[in-house]
Amino acid sequence: MTAILSYIKKDSLIHKMAGTTKFFFFLLWSIAAMITYDTRVLVGMFFCGCILFKLAGLKWKEVRFALVFMFVLMTINLVGIYIFAPEQGVVIYGSRQVIAKLFWHYTVTIEQLFYLFNFFMKYMAVIPIALLFILTTNPSEFAASLNQIGVSYRISYSVAIALRYIPDIQRDYREISQSAQARGVELGKEAKLRKRLKNSAAILFPLVLSSIERIETIANAMELRGFGKYKKRTWIMRKKMEKRDYAAIAFGVVILGISLYMIFHNEGRFYNPF
Amino acid sequence: MCSGTFFLIYRIGWQKMKKPVVVFENYEYKYRSQKKPTLQEINLTIYEGERVIIVGASGSGKSTLAHCINGLNPFSYPGVQKGSLKLFGQEVSQLGIFGVSKYVGTVLQDTDGQFIGMTVLEDIAFAMENDRVNQEEMKVRTFREAEKVHLTDKLEAAPHDLSGGQKQRVSLAGVLVNKVPLLLFDEPLANLDPATGKEAMVLIEEIQRNTNTTVIIIEHRLEDALDQGADRIVLMEEGRIKADCTPQQLFCTNLLQKAGIREPLFLTALTYAGINLQEEMGLANIRELTLKEREKEQVCRWFYEKEEISCNKKSTPLLEVNKLCFGYEEGKNALSEISFTIAQGEMVALVGQNGAGKSTLAKLLCGFERQQKGEIYWKGKDISDFGIKKRAGYIGYVMQNPNQMISKPMVWEEVSFALELAEREPSYIKEKTEEILKVCGLYQFRNWPVSALSYGQKKRVTIASVLVQDPEMIILDEPTAGQDYGHYTEIMEFLVSLNQRGITILMITHDMHLMLEYTKRCLVCAKGRLIGDTSPSLLFVDDKLLEEANLKETSLFGLAKLCDLPPKEFIDRFIEKDSKIRKQMIRQEKLYSERKESAR
Amino acid sequence: MKKNSQLSIKSIVAIGIGAALFFVLGRFVSIPSPVPNTTINIQYGILGIFSVIYGPLVGAVSGLIGHILIDLSWGSPWWSWIIASAVYGAVVGFSQKKLNIENGVFGGKEILLFNLFQISGHIISWIVIAPVLDILIYSEPVEKLFAQGLTAAIANSISTAIVGTILLIAYAKTRISEGSLDKED
Repeated sequence: MTAILSYIKKDSLIHKMAGTTKFFFFLLWSIAAMITYDTRVLVGMFFCGCILFKLAGLKWKEVRFALVFMFVLMTINLVGIYIFAPEQGVVIYGSRQVIAKLFWHYTVTIEQLFYLFNFFMKYMAVIPIALLFILTTNPSEFAASLNQIGVSYRISYSVAIALRYIPDIQRDYREISQSAQARGVELGKEAKLRKRLKNSAAILFPLVLSSIERIETIANAMELRGFGKYKKRTWIMRKKMEKRDYAAIAFGVVILGISLYMIFHNEGRFYNPF
Repeated sequence: MCSGTFFLIYRIGWQKMKKPVVVFENYEYKYRSQKKPTLQEINLTIYEGERVIIVGASGSGKSTLAHCINGLNPFSYPGVQKGSLKLFGQEVSQLGIFGVSKYVGTVLQDTDGQFIGMTVLEDIAFAMENDRVNQEEMKVRTFREAEKVHLTDKLEAAPHDLSGGQKQRVSLAGVLVNKVPLLLFDEPLANLDPATGKEAMVLIEEIQRNTNTTVIIIEHRLEDALDQGADRIVLMEEGRIKADCTPQQLFCTNLLQKAGIREPLFLTALTYAGINLQEEMGLANIRELTLKEREKEQVCRWFYEKEEISCNKKSTPLLEVNKLCFGYEEGKNALSEISFTIAQGEMVALVGQNGAGKSTLAKLLCGFERQQKGEIYWKGKDISDFGIKKRAGYIGYVMQNPNQMISKPMVWEEVSFALELAEREPSYIKEKTEEILKVCGLYQFRNWPVSALSYGQKKRVTIASVLVQDPEMIILDEPTAGQDYGHYTEIMEFLVSLNQRGITILMITHDMHLMLEYTKRCLVCAKGRLIGDTSPSLLFVDDKLLEEANLKETSLFGLAKLCDLPPKEFIDRFIEKDSKIRKQMIRQEKLYSERKESAR
Repeated sequence: MKKNSQLSIKSIVAIGIGAALFFVLGRFVSIPSPVPNTTINIQYGILGIFSVIYGPLVGAVSGLIGHILIDLSWGSPWWSWIIASAVYGAVVGFSQKKLNIENGVFGGKEILLFNLFQISGHIISWIVIAPVLDILIYSEPVEKLFAQGLTAAIANSISTAIVGTILLIAYAKTRISEGSLDKED
């Protein structure tokens, strides 16, 4: 089975914090990184993120495959940007310092390199915090956290249902596809593309039908046990917010504040050293 | 009839002592999408603290009755009701589904569907969360309920780390937290191995005794459901109540047979022996049964009448498995050192508790998973390295749930699918598909959508879709789980007819009746090992083997002991007589239906 | 008895199961595509079916949750594409009333209608929503985003056209009532 990122039970300060805090902090952090393109802020956020990551007692080797995957994705993205718009940096920063000429209209400029670096950092600034959130938050707390930050408990609970039934659906898929393969359904490279897709429908059909059956049963079970009785509900897995939680959220707000402030300060999203 | 008067007296006497909790009066229920009412003329009163078993063939309306009690009808499945249904003195239609849920706790058959929480703790707390109970109190109460169902060491476990029996106990705890006065069980035994099923019944009894809860159980495995006795059995047929009396009273009639419900085996044996069943014999379960000397003699006489059982002729080995080892995770063996041989034309049962490795073994044989060690031979040829597709030409696999196997909406498309994929010539596809559809009795339905077929017919479609690939052996996972006696017989007789055509059959099953009635040999698994390869009757007299495999002795064993007869031979005698009678019955039924056809 | 203003329990469960299906198919099932090192996203076919059966809200939210879960399992969410998945689910869901799949009819007209909705859904999502958000958030060059979006829209439309259509035809056939059938000898 493919490696997959999920909660790793440990006993650090960050693990002890409420899921709500981590979720909210992650959102603030993501928004801050989305808004700004200021190199200094992004680099600062990246280092802060790395420190927090270490603080949680996490090790880089635990997330090695995810990092490799993201670097590959990032490289493709960076190459893509360069191929389609070699002058994007020049347009943004308004100057053009050529280092090398390649071929046709492709040149290497300092502005373009700087833009690509910023793009890269924008992504890197979020990664440690995203990993932190995924690896230190008990999935059982997800729904409660969503509800606490204002999402209706009904929608929140559908997240819990998704997480609860992923393993079941995975097992169903596996069993259905095994029995289909025994009848000659082929999904690999041996079959033609159109055929591959048609064949996949032969597996998906029983999967969809059994999922619809399952929806019926689960909905009945929930209704029989009083789900949706009141406007609110409580959560056994919700963690109490303590001082450190508020401190963490305050820190997130400060970062978001800095990110916003820099827009005014720079008179735009970009930090222009040129 | 005199017994009718007796029922009346009995019920009046009861009424004085106990408070009625469920009262149906001239009740009728019609689903919005149906033309005819599913329930008619229902008059039924259930009293506080009673344990009532509701039986009936599928389509008899017993599930509808249950849905009326727990409020799913009419609140989730709209319909029109007539007459009155009161729960604890209140009209259900006034209560609303949440009002009903204060009184009735339902434990569904599908334990995975009912297990909504991500862990045991969350699932038990689910109802309290909806009731806005504060966290501290929830934790205390969750722990208390977990204690009642013996799960305190599993609070943080996820559903896939639990066995079927454990999941069911979580469901039970999850409804007990509400302190409901009425528990409703929808086929609690369908997915459990025999010993776990017995444990479940013991637990239900224990809870009922301690809390004076009223319990309603819907189940067609009557013998197992009666393990701890019952106050009453309600028999449903075609939407009406056919009988409402004590188990003893019911067993003295032939109403169960008429409704297509199977009675406990020892009663069948007593009937074969020509004994007139009387209420005072203690018929509810084998432990309570008392026989007079005269009756015991009668059983003995019947036993010694036995005919010579024709010896099995030794035939050629078809499948040989040699020291098969397999583990899903490294270092953990799901199967270790499995060796056995199956001869051509055999019909073999593969039994053992949930998680013993039965399904894994089947998957290895079909090439779904690859063994780490050991070999598989087919007629002496090594097929260990054959892939999944190639294996299907030798061994077909039929999954438990037909809905998971059916890839195409129409019967013809579904059955011919494997041939279409293999790109055989159209003339061959047509010929072969027609042949198999005829063999499986589905030819009339060839242009129907699969969804319009009954469960038994769907099962046959899945078997047909495997048979088109010409396997000489098929493996079936729980071919009859959750089916009533009618469907059970239909499916099993169909398998027998395939077997007679020379197809070797291996069945994974929890159903001890099935094993006893239809197979001469059983492979017994426990904890990833093959611990027994024997005949069903020998298995049932081997205490140690039964216990290790989490199986349960049959009531025939108890009856043999009661009459001081050798149990193994007694069981053999029963099987012999039973299969003879069944053959006669099937012949009669065929004649009858043929006559009916020609009369048209 | 159902309160209209709130999501029904069935819709809540459908969102959860839809998201779980989206996740499992998107994360673990890879059907190789003709372009090396890329795979075909069959999860949009399934999401389309859920939208047609359960409506735009269920489609949108299951797409949203399913896509977030996929991204989180890889490490970091890419919000613009997540939102695009949700928009796709919603657009297809608007065909629910017109198609009315539960009555068991899914012929030429319905096939055309479904594909019209799913293709416009993919166009809006991948050629409008995702690129616009990417420009706003990441200031990526328009040319690259357009090329990217176009490829995604075409590939996803094709896979949805095949997988989604086959499944809906099959699903509609399961809704045929028994009354309309006769045994044939």
